[in-house]
Amino acid sequence: MNEAVDMSLVDWSRAQFALTAIYHWLFVPLTLGLSFIIAFMETIYVKTGSEEWKRMTKFWMTLFGINFAIGVATGIILEFQFGTNWSNYSWFVGDIFGAPLAIEGIMAFFLESTFIAVMFFGWNKVSKEFHLLSTWLVAFGSNISALWILVANAWMQYPAGMHFNPDTARNEMINFWEVLFSPVAINKFLHTVSSGFVLASVFVLGISAWFILHKRDVPLFKKSMLVASVFGLVTSIFIIITGDLSAKLIARHQPMKFAAMEGLYEGQHGAHLKVFGIITSEKYDTSLFNLPKIKYKIEIPKALSWLAFNNPDSYIPGIKDLIVGDSARNILPLQEKIRRGSFAQEKLAALQQARANKDTIAYMKLKQEFMDPSFQQNYFAYFGYAFIKEPHQVIPHIPLTFYSFHIMVGLGFFFVILFIFSLWFLFSETIEKKRKFLRLALLSIPLPYIASEAGWIVAEVGRQPWTIQDYLPTFASISKIDSGSVQTTFFLFAVLFTILLIAEIKIMIKQIKTGPKEH
Amino acid sequence: MFETLSYSALQHYWWFIISVLAAFLVFFLFVQGGQTLIYVIGKSSTEQTLIVNSLGRKWEFTFTTLVVFGGAFFASFPLFYSTSFGGAYWLWMSILFCFVIQAVSYEYRSKPNNFLGKKTFDAFLFINGALGTFLLGVAVATFFTGANFTVNLENIANQQQRIISQWASPWHGLEAVADWRNVLLGLAIFFLARTLALLYFMNNIDHAEIFQRSRKHLIYNSIPFVLFFVAFLVVILTIDGQRYDAANQLVFMEPNKFLKNFLELPFLSILLLLGVLLTLLGIGLAIFRNSTKGIWFSGSGVILVVFALFMILAFNGSCYYPSNIDFQSSLHLGNSSSSFFTLTVMSYVSTLVPFVAAYMFWAWKAINRKKISEKEINEESGHVY
Ligand code: HDD
Ligand code: HEM
Ligand code: HEM
Repeated sequence: MNEAVDMSLVDWSRAQFALTAIYHWLFVPLTLGLSFIIAFMETIYVKTGSEEWKRMTKFWMTLFGINFAIGVATGIILEFQFGTNWSNYSWFVGDIFGAPLAIEGIMAFFLESTFIAVMFFGWNKVSKEFHLLSTWLVAFGSNISALWILVANAWMQYPAGMHFNPDTARNEMINFWEVLFSPVAINKFLHTVSSGFVLASVFVLGISAWFILHKRDVPLFKKSMLVASVFGLVTSIFIIITGDLSAKLIARHQPMKFAAMEGLYEGQHGAHLKVFGIITSEKYDTSLFNLPKIKYKIEIPKALSWLAFNNPDSYIPGIKDLIVGDSARNILPLQEKIRRGSFAQEKLAALQQARANKDTIAYMKLKQEFMDPSFQQNYFAYFGYAFIKEPHQVIPHIPLTFYSFHIMVGLGFFFVILFIFSLWFLFSETIEKKRKFLRLALLSIPLPYIASEAGWIVAEVGRQPWTIQDYLPTFASISKIDSGSVQTTFFLFAVLFTILLIAEIKIMIKQIKTGPKEH
Repeated sequence: MFETLSYSALQHYWWFIISVLAAFLVFFLFVQGGQTLIYVIGKSSTEQTLIVNSLGRKWEFTFTTLVVFGGAFFASFPLFYSTSFGGAYWLWMSILFCFVIQAVSYEYRSKPNNFLGKKTFDAFLFINGALGTFLLGVAVATFFTGANFTVNLENIANQQQRIISQWASPWHGLEAVADWRNVLLGLAIFFLARTLALLYFMNNIDHAEIFQRSRKHLIYNSIPFVLFFVAFLVVILTIDGQRYDAANQLVFMEPNKFLKNFLELPFLSILLLLGVLLTLLGIGLAIFRNSTKGIWFSGSGVILVVFALFMILAFNGSCYYPSNIDFQSSLHLGNSSSSFFTLTVMSYVSTLVPFVAAYMFWAWKAINRKKISEKEINEESGHVY
């Protein structure tokens, strides 16, 4: 019986994952950053005993609580979704991927949820110091939860610390530290949490600007603004540094994603960096890869090579090279990768057959061949390519990846400038008069949300078709359900989350307008 | 230290952790039970506020335990995670929906301009409390009564048929509700959650009417709980189970498997009996002695009972997730766990659990030093929800 993969099932499963992850990420970064900002403020309150800082702490804490609840609500789906919609994936890599999720729960979520109760209900019940400690623990707890989930995600992009066990048909962890301290994981963590810090800083900056514009509680919100600007400037510089490191890592480990981010089709020495470009509906050439033509390019000569490899003349492969191959540069053609992957799958099938037939001799021999390091490196490393049929399957969606990347980077530079100006106006005591700037700060609130969702689109769409880079494509990762069911849950989530989002925004705006309480 | 254990010992250790988490999860369901009683026990709006705030300080414990339970299962027995969640899709999705709507409801219900209105959020809390507990009970019952799936690990190298686990029922999990045996446990958990909630109110809220009303309703809820629970217990002690024979690596039916497990693991029988007694003692003290301590007795009793039931599911070579259509697909500790290495790493992580429990207890005590009272609720910033 030939059960061809139901592509609509794959697409709906992907759509559902993307939808729920994007929703989750609307709330998570504010939690990550605001928890620290609140902790700074409360620390100042405890040090100085000033009621003003306490009022401020409480005001931002209320907003934090509203955002936190919906972050939790959207998170639970993501966790169980790996089982419900990506069951094959869950078995294939559960050995490695499940561990960070479990550690996250044990280390981070309990810490967060326990001390959040103290933070909200403990004001008059525990000592000032214990309360402050709780606030800090919430901040650390939420950022530790980010660590573990990002380790899991980084591992999907750059599988490390594992080997394949043919007897159980799955990848098994052999080195925990390699999973945890892979450079991709570390960098992903730093870049992503700092995106949360920047986002929260812009959020606090913008809302403080609104209060100053309306001449309400001005001294208080100038202080808030100061905290946000200092934190924001430091972290927005840091985000550019870590972003650059991310790109360097991608150039090494996920060259196809890198080429798609930059719309680079032909390999180049001294590749140019596209600062701007419009992707058209015209085709780039007559090859069968369907690459879209990019027009109105503004390019910085050799900058891409320089950024990626610290050498303005270094070579960067384009999408076409990655498919056609280039023996001089050790780039295997796609066809060859498919051949090697298929070979690995056939050997696995033969091994399983021998085991089923209880043919111990054949089994032992095949297993030895299979576990041979050179087989692992030269054949098994392409296991996932056996699922690939056509070249276009390995090319990620170019417009989405390209635009998202450029939007994120552009905004990254914008935030630095924004914080420099706010600090300048604060220190020169002119901020109240700079009404245009205050309005700009207010209007900037959505921008870091856009930047960070765009970042995720680069990361996740750019790695298509892989769920696990080179090992498992999306269409071999799914659960076997009818696509109608997934479609139904997709719409249920879409409706439910949208309603909750509207509720959140309305409550949030109302609380902001109400302003800080008198005591 | 964990490296020296055998693979099988680690698998058993991890089932022990899963059982502990399950036990605490069921205990914390008192929050859910309480959510179905807000308007039954609270007659005035102050009373309702008291109840909601008393529950609202605890809801994250249940939620987080559920999340950790899922994560721990994923890490230690991934084949269960993929087979059950991916197969019984609708059953688990329904449970998740019940929890998603809970997570925002406390925070949003009484905030101004909340779009849906307080009634809607209270309805969310009710659905979570009623349907969530019932469906969780049904889902857990299938661990005993079995489900309709097949597992074939070879499929990963099979170009035609790539998916490892297949589910045979088009209802994808909802068919479990049609089995009266599963329904028994569903109802037992539902009434248990309410029973625990009433005991919790009597302990946590300083309000005479709420106390008396809780006491009255305790009778109405604990009786059905005991009846449904005993019926389910009779069912599992009389049904046949599946046993994994390590020698020839096959699964066999075995008459009265769970009864046998209790007899062969007397330690668990003792825990079960002790748990049942404590649970009844707590209820009895509250009803007949007006005691506020009922929750501590019944709570620890419930933890012991659930723990013992989970342990006999998998220990003694049992299949903890039996397949009713293909015995050889049934899941047991030996064929569904993570690798030796991962279980070892995770075992080190598990040493954090007592530490987590300690700070949770500490923080709980810090906030609960005083009962929640009308005076506090009326104070400025005294109530949050
Ligand atoms: C406020 C948000 C924000 C800002 C201003 C930036 N980023 Fe970013 N970026 C993220 C928020 C983000 C993120 C949401 O945190 C992502 C998504 C996935 C990830 O690892 O982090 C991300 C991913 C991401 C990736 C893909 C990582 C991957 O595929 O694993 C690259 C290459 C960059 N970023 C590079 C940059 C550069 C060069 C920036 C320079 C200004 C920049 N980002 C600013
Ligand atoms: C919260 C921030 C995240 C966002 C906004 C996000 C976004 C997306 C998007 C847009 C897709 C769809 C890609 C496509 O199908 O073309 C996707 C897929 C996916 N992402 Fe993420 N992602 C996030 C975090 C994560 C994390 C932390 C993980 C793993 C730990 C993860 C795992 C996956 C998986 C398994 C898929 C489905 C398979 C696939 O289509 O690649 N995502 N995500
Ligand atoms: C796709 C993978 C993801 C899964 C499975 C996941 C899972 C969850 C779950 C289950 C919760 C609720 C926890 C509770 O009970 O308190 C949660 C909340 C949270 N998650 Fe995620 N999450 C994912 C992506 C992310 C990412 C990418 C980050 C950060 C970088 C993140 C950070 C957080 C934080 C800080 C919270 C606390 C509550 C809040 O969102 O405000 N998560 N997540």
